[in-house]
Amino acid sequence: MKSKIIFFILAFFIFSSIHANENIKVNDIFKNLRCLVCQGQSIADSNSDFASTVKLVVEDQIKQGKSEKEIYSFLISKYGEWIVYKPSFDTKNFFLWILPYLVLVSGGIILYVLLRKKPKL
Amino acid sequence: MLSEFGQLSIFLVTIFSVLIIYKSFLSLKNNIQIIEPGIYQLSLWQVTVTILSFLVLIAAYLVSDFSLINVYENSHTAKPLFYKIAGSWGNHEGSLLLWINILVIFSYLFLIFNFKHKKNFRLLTLVIQNLIILGFTLFLIFNSNPFSQLEPVPLEGLGLNPILQDPALALHPPMLYVGFVGCSIYFSAAIASMLSNYRGKLFANSIKSWVLISWCFQTLGISLGSIWAYYELGWGGFWFWDPVENASLLPWFAITALMHSVMVLEKRDNLYAWVIILCLITFILSVTGTFLVRSGILNSVHTFASDPARGIYILLFLSVMIFSSLIIFFRTFKKESYNFYFKSKETFILINNWFMAFFLVTVLVGTLYPIFLDVVTNEKISVGPPFYNIVIIPLAVPLLVLMVVGPQLSWINSKSLGVVKHKALIIIGALLINFIIYLIFGSSSFLSNLIFISALFLIIHSILEAYKIYQKKIKFELPRVISHLGFGLLVLFIGINHNFSNEQDFNLKVGEEKKFDEYSIVFKDLKLKQEKNYKAIIGDFEIKNFDKKINKILNPEIRIYSNPETLTYEAAIKTRIDSDLYLTMSNISRSDYYNIKFQHKPLMIWIWISVLMVVFGGFLQLMRNKNES
Amino acid sequence: MRVNLTRIIIFGFIFFCLSIFWLGLKKDQTYDTRNLIGNKINEFNIPSLDETNSFSEQYFLNNKFTIVNFFASWCAPCRDEHKYLVELSKNGAHIVGVSFKDKKSNTLDFLNQLGNPYKFIAADNDGKASISFGIYGIPESIIINSESVVVKKIIGPINQEIFKEILNIIK
Repeated sequence: MKSKIIFFILAFFIFSSIHANENIKVNDIFKNLRCLVCQGQSIADSNSDFASTVKLVVEDQIKQGKSEKEIYSFLISKYGEWIVYKPSFDTKNFFLWILPYLVLVSGGIILYVLLRKKPKL
Repeated sequence: MLSEFGQLSIFLVTIFSVLIIYKSFLSLKNNIQIIEPGIYQLSLWQVTVTILSFLVLIAAYLVSDFSLINVYENSHTAKPLFYKIAGSWGNHEGSLLLWINILVIFSYLFLIFNFKHKKNFRLLTLVIQNLIILGFTLFLIFNSNPFSQLEPVPLEGLGLNPILQDPALALHPPMLYVGFVGCSIYFSAAIASMLSNYRGKLFANSIKSWVLISWCFQTLGISLGSIWAYYELGWGGFWFWDPVENASLLPWFAITALMHSVMVLEKRDNLYAWVIILCLITFILSVTGTFLVRSGILNSVHTFASDPARGIYILLFLSVMIFSSLIIFFRTFKKESYNFYFKSKETFILINNWFMAFFLVTVLVGTLYPIFLDVVTNEKISVGPPFYNIVIIPLAVPLLVLMVVGPQLSWINSKSLGVVKHKALIIIGALLINFIIYLIFGSSSFLSNLIFISALFLIIHSILEAYKIYQKKIKFELPRVISHLGFGLLVLFIGINHNFSNEQDFNLKVGEEKKFDEYSIVFKDLKLKQEKNYKAIIGDFEIKNFDKKINKILNPEIRIYSNPETLTYEAAIKTRIDSDLYLTMSNISRSDYYNIKFQHKPLMIWIWISVLMVVFGGFLQLMRNKNES
Repeated sequence: MRVNLTRIIIFGFIFFCLSIFWLGLKKDQTYDTRNLIGNKINEFNIPSLDETNSFSEQYFLNNKFTIVNFFASWCAPCRDEHKYLVELSKNGAHIVGVSFKDKKSNTLDFLNQLGNPYKFIAADNDGKASISFGIYGIPESIIINSESVVVKKIIGPINQEIFKEILNIIK
């Protein structure tokens, strides 16, 4: 019985995620870029002149076969890190990426210490 | 006239606050065990005058009394009645008055409803709450007075930003404020509890309904904000991880943790210090959020007119609040002993708190890090959706599973963790439905599949539980089941919507057609329309989907409002039971082309329905609490 | 003693956060790319206005400094700054004008009216080339040295003060 269940689980699972789409979605790139002339809007959301120009350039670069990463680093070199919504993992952003996990781990440790002591009733 | 009347009532609120604090201190010294009628009367007077001041402001908006700067800047005679009223709290000064109203109303209600509790605790809560009220009324009087006068009186007002003229947005601030400012009462109660040594179960009992009320309204307020963003902003999304949205989410995480752990304090008389910390943090985060939003320190879409002087005042207030509550906390801190078995409800509530702390810190760090980096290193970075998605989404999987297991365990100790009945069946059911999702919508990433399956696990289990409740008629678990079910559905629908939306961005001119995937969009015509307070350019689009045999006409608009002169883009949204069709158009300068954003979003309406379900569970619990006592 | 230490850390941390907030209030929240200098500008090719020639990286080699000015006839601040460009040109500055999303005839009218300070006029009709220069709104002017490296960026119109700064750089 158990092995059958495990078999089913694996079969279903592999089947439903095997074809996961690996194509670059242009709109997803637009969403990850900040519109410099707008108040907190992404390139995808903005109707500004600047946003429409960036869209053209990004589409061109995808046609040229550039990867998502290359497009981001191109734009960063021209406009600074401000333009991407996903900050890079480097020394100055170290705490940004690590602090949440630090809290996760230390919370886990605190919980473990709390529960390790067997209660006396 | 109205201005003087308003000024007077605000002044009276302040006087009543001072009197209440003074009287309460006198009363704290005597040995009578009940609160004197005088204090009740003062409180009643205070609440009456406060509400009156707000009514005066609304009246000024209704009659368009432009001798008030606030009315002049935010209203217009030609505005619909509903937005005249809503306009009174749609700006900084008016919303601060609303804020004070809620502070005072909660102060009064807490006083009269908690008559069973110890006198000193109640009086101290009243004192602390009135200190907060004083802080905000002084801020209102000296910095942000909605009743300030204008000389000479202008004939016409500047009008309200048309983007804010939306029913969801009109109701969003009051809801959100009841949620955020409502937290103040258990902040005050927490400090009073430490000072008067009124700890444990009784304290938990005194605050639990207030926690629930503010949680319900916060959830509702945040969802209304999202609904507004979806229908009005014209970007096709409803959550952007924008700093201002994050500021509203921070207290929500804290309050959700509090709502759960206050049960432990009530049932097991444990975790007192932790509950106190959560009470303090929730309101501190609310005020921090206000600081972030109103001071202009953040770069956001949802800008309030900002003013650094405001920022400095709120920051000062915040500092006093944090430091004094910390000092009181450390002074009165008593070590507790924790006796928890792993296999118990309380342990799983702690695990819930652990997750909430993680989410809270993630959003907090993401929101504040750019400010910190800018100040320390002068470098500007943006932290947006990709960061939050990467950090937060994976943790949703264990959270969903724990939401199934936790509630099944009993207090103190359960025999085993295998209390979830029909596990195997539920998992197989979840996998099956996940497979059906794959057949209908297509494939998605490994992580998305995990999210779907764990959400379905929670959903199916909750439905089974609801069925059992219906059979056995034991209703006390019902609110929790509904809220958890709603949350599971919410995650599932957001997941499906996020993964399987078809989003396109292209340029068209009249007469052209665009074909992609199984869709065809024809830009048929362009019309001009003259309305009372705006001109509109209306596009006529025919959308066809060959697979699903959809054939719809959508009419997005570009509106040019006259007062104030603003351009807005109105999305055309066709809501259907299975999906939303969403289309916006915007003009491209110096060209005949229009930029078209088209989205086909599956199960959109169900996202709102499941959020409402989560809130409904909360209100149901509230009614149950009321019947209990 | 141990307990006191944690308290000191907590107080210190909160104090730190609040002072950052305080300092943050004084900061200018608007972002611009003014400080983004030292990068190379390459891989671009913009046709000239008369479509006989083109403007590319090679161009920079010939001059110690080249000022690349993005302008358009429909942009009001461009009109305001134009007199400074004419003045700079008289002082020996080598200026390349890039007409941004504009019609050829309008550009020519604009120059006939206000004078032509440009040694070379390129036309960026769809605006794509502007991205290679990190332009996000016009007018913008970029001073580039003979190694194609950005020396200075001027966001917005040139005024008297900036005019003097530019003269100092290129003299």
